[in-house]
Amino acid sequence: MSTNYLINKGLDIKLLGDSEKNIVDYSAKRFAVKPTDFIGVFPKMMVAEGDLVQVGTPLFYDKNRTNIIFTSPVSGKVEALKRGAKRRLLEVIIQSDDKFDAVQFAPQKVDGMSREAIIETMLQSGIWPMLRQRPYSVIANPAETPKAIYIPAFDTSPLAPDFDLVVQGKGDEFQTGLDVLKKLTNGPVHLNVDAKNTTSKVFLNSKNVQINKFSGPHPTGNVSVQASKISPINKGELIWYLYPQDVITIGNFFLTGKVDFTRIIALAGSEVLKPRYYKTVLGACIKRMVDGNLTKGNNRTISGNVLTGEKIEMDGFVGFYDSMVTVIPEGNEAEFFGWLLPGFNKFSFSKTFLSWMFPNRKYRLNTNLHGGHRSLVMTGKYEQVFPFDIYPMALLKAIMVEDIDAMENLGIYEIDAEDFALCEVIDTSKTEMQSIVRKGLELMRKEMS
Amino acid sequence: MKALRKLLDKQKPHFEKGGRFEKFHSAFDSVETLLFVPDKVTYSGSHIRDAIDMKRTMIVVFISLVPALLFGMWNIGNQHFLSLGQVPELWTAFFYGFLKMLPIIIVSYVVGLGIEIIFAQIKGHEVNEGFFVSGLLIPMIVPPETPLWQVAIAVAFAVVFGKEVFGGTGMNIVNPALTARAFLFFAYPADMSGDKVWIADKLDAYSGATPLGNALVGNFDQIPSTYDMFMGFIPGSNGETSVLMILIGAAILLATGIGNWRIMLSVVVGGIVMALLFNWWGANKYMELPFYNHLIMGGFAFGAVFMATDPVTATQTKKGMYIYGFLIGAIAILIRVFNPAYPEGVMLSILLMNVFAPLIDHYVIESNIKKRLKRIKVLVSN
Repeated sequence: MSTNYLINKGLDIKLLGDSEKNIVDYSAKRFAVKPTDFIGVFPKMMVAEGDLVQVGTPLFYDKNRTNIIFTSPVSGKVEALKRGAKRRLLEVIIQSDDKFDAVQFAPQKVDGMSREAIIETMLQSGIWPMLRQRPYSVIANPAETPKAIYIPAFDTSPLAPDFDLVVQGKGDEFQTGLDVLKKLTNGPVHLNVDAKNTTSKVFLNSKNVQINKFSGPHPTGNVSVQASKISPINKGELIWYLYPQDVITIGNFFLTGKVDFTRIIALAGSEVLKPRYYKTVLGACIKRMVDGNLTKGNNRTISGNVLTGEKIEMDGFVGFYDSMVTVIPEGNEAEFFGWLLPGFNKFSFSKTFLSWMFPNRKYRLNTNLHGGHRSLVMTGKYEQVFPFDIYPMALLKAIMVEDIDAMENLGIYEIDAEDFALCEVIDTSKTEMQSIVRKGLELMRKEMS
Repeated sequence: MKALRKLLDKQKPHFEKGGRFEKFHSAFDSVETLLFVPDKVTYSGSHIRDAIDMKRTMIVVFISLVPALLFGMWNIGNQHFLSLGQVPELWTAFFYGFLKMLPIIIVSYVVGLGIEIIFAQIKGHEVNEGFFVSGLLIPMIVPPETPLWQVAIAVAFAVVFGKEVFGGTGMNIVNPALTARAFLFFAYPADMSGDKVWIADKLDAYSGATPLGNALVGNFDQIPSTYDMFMGFIPGSNGETSVLMILIGAAILLATGIGNWRIMLSVVVGGIVMALLFNWWGANKYMELPFYNHLIMGGFAFGAVFMATDPVTATQTKKGMYIYGFLIGAIAILIRVFNPAYPEGVMLSILLMNVFAPLIDHYVIESNIKKRLKRIKVLVSN
């Protein structure tokens, strides 16, 4: 049984450089776990530079919740602990020995296991951080029980990887993962698929879950959008969520007793010569992926998609929760009377540039801000790309003035920073909405704990 | 182009903090960003951004005003020569009006932008493009015979008290252009009403009353034909007489998505409903005026298309827009028909609703909040 949900509001940004649907093996030399990927985590190191580690060896734990540990995705030697301003730990870099020796846990039958035992094993193996909660997008709290678990099985963001391809041949692992998740909640496990594009049997033949079919433009693939349609998050409620590759890792762990952080990463974007999928391991260094595979010029490499991803260096590492790397040109060039030209080749949600006559054009967009920061002036536009029963402008203003009650009343629990990404893109006044919303969420989290 | 860029880059340090012309930073910045879209790149959040910015938005509004502006210039000349009993050539009339209106436009921009730049410099932000449109709107909604010094004072008042005291474009409560018009209306009533100001330099014997002026005093037989009023061959404020030209502007605003159709539509609906109500009541001649005449007389069309839709001062919620627009239309006709002191009600009704817009939004948003709270209550009771 599946329910259909149709979402009308939103915007698909069509970019050049979609990944070809073939997967090549990629062996990186260096890998990293980045504590900055995890919101609210204060890392306490458990290894030092030069230590030898295996796949699954604990690297650090969270000072605020000591039972949440983060483990190494590869075997090898801890090469460096890279720190930033105020000695903030940015990256734990590990040099791989290419052997992938893993810490051995006992394979277990999920059926007979208690919820507590499952949680305990997941915590020890370091796969627990894959589970995050809403509100706030922090790592799930093992002491709590969510009202439901969400797995978005499709991604609608620009140049997004095809999850059908990513889970190919992993049916058993995926199903075992779902069985594990089912034990973690008293409510349903929602597997949300694309009504049209999801064809993989791995998803459609899943058992022990509720399959929901969605159709609509981005941000339909976002967890909060799906949750808002199925059952909105009220004050005091929480849901957990994770992505298909994480489910496979969890399933594989319970089947074999070994942690296997294999990830399929899409390399995409207009500046990539051969955009395609790479089979590698979590936190891989992208250097060999992009070397000689990019156009000449000043490019920006992003771990994640162009809307919500993180800017990384050319020898940076893929983020813990990301399954794609995007490369687009930097836009640091002034444009002569750019605001006055007809703009046949300019991307805009509005119809103020003549490019609206070519709705199917794919764009090579750069990182230019296209204007200066202003007060919020244009109204009534954000709603068109914001498929929630929430007034985005009102909520944004409540966050700006840090009015806790208003934020709560206006629905801050139901959304996340990523849901404001499209509003931010189309904004005439170039307001940094995602960072505003993130600040608001962090304020709420501190206020509520 | 490259040479220009080089020149700007060379001069830029002088205008930065600590430079020789530090005090003119805002002025320099506004010229620089006018010539070149800045090279700034995204540093947080989305890595790509829409090509639209405030300048693009404002130029679209500006373009949508051009048809009415050009027609207005011609009409100023046309009305002038007609009052002398002559029928002018197209270009003669246009040129006359052009020369009549140009000084008003120049005064409006020089005073307004000057104040904007000073405020931007003091507050340390970029010059906002809002006045790019306001500066043209103001000359279009004043009578051709408005003295230039009055235009200057009105613009200064509007920019300072209508906008900058609240924090600039985006923070203002009432529409700055209408603030200027209201200021003129109340500060210089003798110069702003009657039938002398609507036709430039007319013969004294010739009646220069606008249709609304005639209607107010009961001269219904002297109201021009519906066709003339729709086309705009009538005396009136500089740029607001031709409904046809305003409709072209509306089409541009709606096609580009800059103007809000909900507000435009509901203003018209509000006006029609109120006029029909009066028709049905029919207590006097004014009440019997056909509803479509109300829509093409005075500033109704101009107000509905260019003033009520100002995104900053209008309501921001969908439901709110319908209520806001409807009330503007209805109150405008109400003032026209009932109030003997003001021949035109559009200006006042928009200003009034500008003030009430936040309240309307408040109640719309409140109902959204109630829905959310109710959901929790259901949850708790289960």
